[in-house]
Amino acid sequence: MPQRSADYCGLQFIAFIKGKVLSLTTFIIVSVIKIAIVLFILLTAVAYTVWLERKVVGHMQNRWGPTRVGPFGLLQPAADGIKFLFKEDLTPPHVYKPLYIAAPIIAVVCALTSIAVIPFGNWVPVPGGGSTPLQITDINIGLLVILGITSIGVYGVALSGWSSNSKYSLLGGLRASAQMVSYEIALGLSLVGVLILSGSFSLREIVAAQSGHFWGFIPNWNIFRGCQFIAFFIYLMAAYAETNRIPFDLPEAETELVAGYHTEYSAMKFAMFFMAEYANMITVACLASLLFLGGWHGPLFGPQILQAILPVFWFVLRVFVFLFIYIWVRGTLPRFRYDQLMAFGWKFLLPLSIANLVVTALVVALRA
Amino acid sequence: MVPLFYYLVLSGILFACGVTGFLIKRNIITIFMSIELMLNGVNLSFVAFAAQWHALSGQVFVFFVMVVAAAEAAVGLAIIIAVFRTRETLNVDKVDLLKL
Amino acid sequence: MLHLVLFTVFGLICVAGAINLLVQTHPINSALSLVVVMGSLAVEYLLLGAEFVAAVQVIVYAGAIMVLFVFVIMLLNAGAEERSKGSIVALMLGVPGMLVGSILTAWVLVKHSGTQPVALGALPGHPKDIAQLLFHDFLLPFEVTSILVLIAIMGAVVLASRPESIEKTKKEN
Repeated sequence: MPQRSADYCGLQFIAFIKGKVLSLTTFIIVSVIKIAIVLFILLTAVAYTVWLERKVVGHMQNRWGPTRVGPFGLLQPAADGIKFLFKEDLTPPHVYKPLYIAAPIIAVVCALTSIAVIPFGNWVPVPGGGSTPLQITDINIGLLVILGITSIGVYGVALSGWSSNSKYSLLGGLRASAQMVSYEIALGLSLVGVLILSGSFSLREIVAAQSGHFWGFIPNWNIFRGCQFIAFFIYLMAAYAETNRIPFDLPEAETELVAGYHTEYSAMKFAMFFMAEYANMITVACLASLLFLGGWHGPLFGPQILQAILPVFWFVLRVFVFLFIYIWVRGTLPRFRYDQLMAFGWKFLLPLSIANLVVTALVVALRA
Repeated sequence: MVPLFYYLVLSGILFACGVTGFLIKRNIITIFMSIELMLNGVNLSFVAFAAQWHALSGQVFVFFVMVVAAAEAAVGLAIIIAVFRTRETLNVDKVDLLKL
Repeated sequence: MLHLVLFTVFGLICVAGAINLLVQTHPINSALSLVVVMGSLAVEYLLLGAEFVAAVQVIVYAGAIMVLFVFVIMLLNAGAEERSKGSIVALMLGVPGMLVGSILTAWVLVKHSGTQPVALGALPGHPKDIAQLLFHDFLLPFEVTSILVLIAIMGAVVLASRPESIEKTKKEN
């Protein structure tokens, strides 16, 4: 049994205490800086995804979207944020208070935490010796951590629905938890094909396994290997359902449930659900580009400094494209009916993902 | 370094809490949760013993326990729903006939 | 030292959650305290090095089984626990039973378990090693559990579906 307790899970700083990579102080400083930067970028990205969505959907529907605040309405997210902060925080008298307050916190914390294991690029050198990955923490079960945190996020939605003590919220919460639990299975199974191909749970290693080309020009991304484009399709569908987006946005279907599970929420608590939804979208987009689209691999050229920045740029580009597709779908597709949603998840996506898993396993076994 | 003993004590406490809940609770769902608590306590001792004997099979066994727990939860909650539909109560004292 | 601190903190959270499960009367509060217990148990697994078990604990236990519980509580709109005659009897039998049980467990543990220390991450349960065991040495039990799960799924569907809807599908066929 290999003794690898030093580099094991999460408690990675033990390795640093032993002086393997960085000194402890450098490690802490670097980590704090990384966390601050990632959090800042994530929150900005959340705000501007909202802006992008309003703008793109607006143009798709022959409108302008936000135009008044700043050039092209670019300051709209800031205005919205200020509005959310200063609105009166109403708590309806009939709610179950502890859970009513805890629910949006659970939702937003789970949505923001999963970014911690997502890598954005290669290792970069740190002033004063050593190097650090462009990732808050590099752990060898990164993918499982994201799945775990996402599955905890269901509680935020379910509890908000229950604790609001209103029929719309309860129906929204029930729908959301059933939907998220159902689609989590298809989502998880669609990832197993990728895991078989790359043989690791570490997101960094999964990306590393996708470097290079085959047949000379096709990039060695997972989506082109085996029949993983099916897995990508399943992942796409399941991810839309997991994040409660159109065409699977039944938990907050305006026409029937007012606003679903967050009907009774106002001001900052409502904003937390909003942030959680968009942060989840970004995480899903990051995961899709890491698992299927080759992470940060792309053509590198130019001077040294450009070569260092380009991988991050390629990664962000993929995430952006994925988010754009999200918005595009929202502007195009109508909403499913609830029984259609469940039938689609259980009778189509789940068998398809199992078939994909079997075929991938066979291919890998025959090749070996 | 923590003595293995501590982990076992923790698992024992969890198991005892589970047994207590099973005995004193009247709500059928909470009784069910107490069973899960007992299983969790046992799982912890499996993992702790696996670390002591350097045998991974202890950890593998936890998976089997989890599978059984999941199957049990699915069937058990279905039974609870079926009972609630006919009796409209979750109190085990009122569900004392051997039929729905 | 770090190991001991982490163990103590999460062990205390664990025990507090377990006791809260007993004290709370509303099932949803009990369910949430059980989620807390499971989460902190996952940390204990991490401390022992069982990283894969910890992840599966969070995904399966906290993320699937307990969501199912919360879902059923929401669906049935379960209220706070009612006190009945049985609950007094149960309390009178339950608490001494628990005391006897825990004293017995403690005695066995004190008597028979070694007190050798466990290092932080003593036995790293890497997914690869666990898969090796699960799909080679324990292949038969693994297959048997899959049948168990299949039976459980069918049982749950049959039990939870309304009798009328079964009749209806029969007629349609």
